[in-house]
Amino acid sequence: MNVIEVQNLRKEYGTTVAVDNISFNVEQGEIFCIVGPNGAGKSTTVESIMGLRRPDGGTIRVLGMDPQKEEQNLRQRIGIQLQQAALPERLKVWEALNLYSAFYNKTVPWEKLLDDWGLAEKRNSNFKNLSGGQKQRLFIALALLNDPELVFLDELTTGLDPQARRATWDAVRAIRDQGKTVVLVTHFMDEAEELADRIAIIDQGNIVALDTPQTLVQNLHADMRVRFTTSNGYDPQLLRQVSGVTDVEQRGKQVIVQGNGALLAHVATALAEHNITPTDLRVEQANLEDVFLALTGRSIRN
Amino acid sequence: MNALRKMTWVEFKLALREPIATFFTLVFPVLILFLFGSIYGNEPSEFLGGRGNVDNSVPGYIAMVIATTGMMSLPIGLATYRELGVLRRYRATPLRPQTLLGARIIVHTLISVLGSAVLIIAGVLLYDMVLPVNLPAIVLAFLLGSTSFLAVGFLLASVLPNANTATAVGMALLYPMLFLSGAGLPREILPDNLVKLGNFLPLTHVVELLKGVWYNNSWDFTSIAVIIGMTLVAGTVSVRMFRWE
Repeated sequence: MNVIEVQNLRKEYGTTVAVDNISFNVEQGEIFCIVGPNGAGKSTTVESIMGLRRPDGGTIRVLGMDPQKEEQNLRQRIGIQLQQAALPERLKVWEALNLYSAFYNKTVPWEKLLDDWGLAEKRNSNFKNLSGGQKQRLFIALALLNDPELVFLDELTTGLDPQARRATWDAVRAIRDQGKTVVLVTHFMDEAEELADRIAIIDQGNIVALDTPQTLVQNLHADMRVRFTTSNGYDPQLLRQVSGVTDVEQRGKQVIVQGNGALLAHVATALAEHNITPTDLRVEQANLEDVFLALTGRSIRN
Repeated sequence: MNALRKMTWVEFKLALREPIATFFTLVFPVLILFLFGSIYGNEPSEFLGGRGNVDNSVPGYIAMVIATTGMMSLPIGLATYRELGVLRRYRATPLRPQTLLGARIIVHTLISVLGSAVLIIAGVLLYDMVLPVNLPAIVLAFLLGSTSFLAVGFLLASVLPNANTATAVGMALLYPMLFLSGAGLPREILPDNLVKLGNFLPLTHVVELLKGVWYNNSWDFTSIAVIIGMTLVAGTVSVRMFRWE
């Protein structure tokens, strides 16, 4: 079942085309990631789906509703975490949850959300005194207050330290595991790779690829790389004869072997035959950043 | 209704947690009362038309509370909400804009009532001030004046982009008015041309309305017309121009 159906969405701001022509469906119970560089049209796309912006063209159905015509009904059934949002500086955590509860017809008890999201100790803290991670968790709790069927998370981990990011990723999976559909917008490829059931890559207002992360990477048919360090005079160029190897490069003591197939097994076997014990052995596979580079000819980081 | 009730309560608590705004609406007017009260006392004076200084000043100080709330607290508060993204977050919920605006009107009116009550209590206890001749009439006059300045505050909040601009514009409009309208200083001490200039200021009409009703229960219809006109124009324009972000 499709929770979201977008057909030929278009949105312009003055002479700038933010979204050119975008179509996709989101299925129930999946984590659907919309990724792309800053300014690609991600936020405009989801804000049109939420009914916060009026599209210039195309049709959108969310939970069977037109977001422009049934704004109130739709807001009752979806949860939203927005980029660049805030609460009044001196509003306390419990007051925020209590206040937002009054906006919805149906809510879950907010005391439970305090516990679930590790905010119980902070219930009497002012919003402005929370850390970045705590603010994000509070916004997630607010987005879940109405027990939504569909949750939008926009740039969820921007500004968080690595530990808080990991914890937030676990949290997103937990939301999906409750049977909710999650739409996650991010410019972090690693985040999309980590979380997404399916990914739409957006660039310059259009979808350039849409599939599971595994398929996107596989379709790239990119070589993998094996890296190791060795120091006892072994000539790594001998590895060129090994099955599957396409290139061998030396950078000082570090050796980088490129190739495909069961590359690691073949390289390791060859090294063992010569009694070489490589240190610092690593395998690197193509990732979504490589997919983006291959599709657009540009790196996602500007 | 539940949303309006909770929003009003939260906004009320937040208003009291904002020390600077609370100072200018609840504390500052009563300090002015003490200052001029300690200099001039409240003996009847020919110059002030037979009234004492405190009797002559308190309706003006109440107008000062009304104007400070309308032109400073309200627009700065809303512009700050817009700038920080508080309004943006509200917009992503089923909250209706009129609930937020309604809560703000109730809270700012209550704060102005509190500020006025502090003034009246201090005036009566310390200076044996005259009370309004007709209580319901002065409440009505107060609400008319207060509503008109809240409408102006919404207009400022709607057209000004951020908190800094709202503060600058609010102060630039408010301070000359406080001196020329009779709110902060008695108009009796102003030269004729400044008195004439003052007749064009909205706050002058709030002061005149409050004074007339306070002393004689007499309603100045020019002032009523100006105040109601201001409410309607500012209210209509701000509803059309209001932006969440």
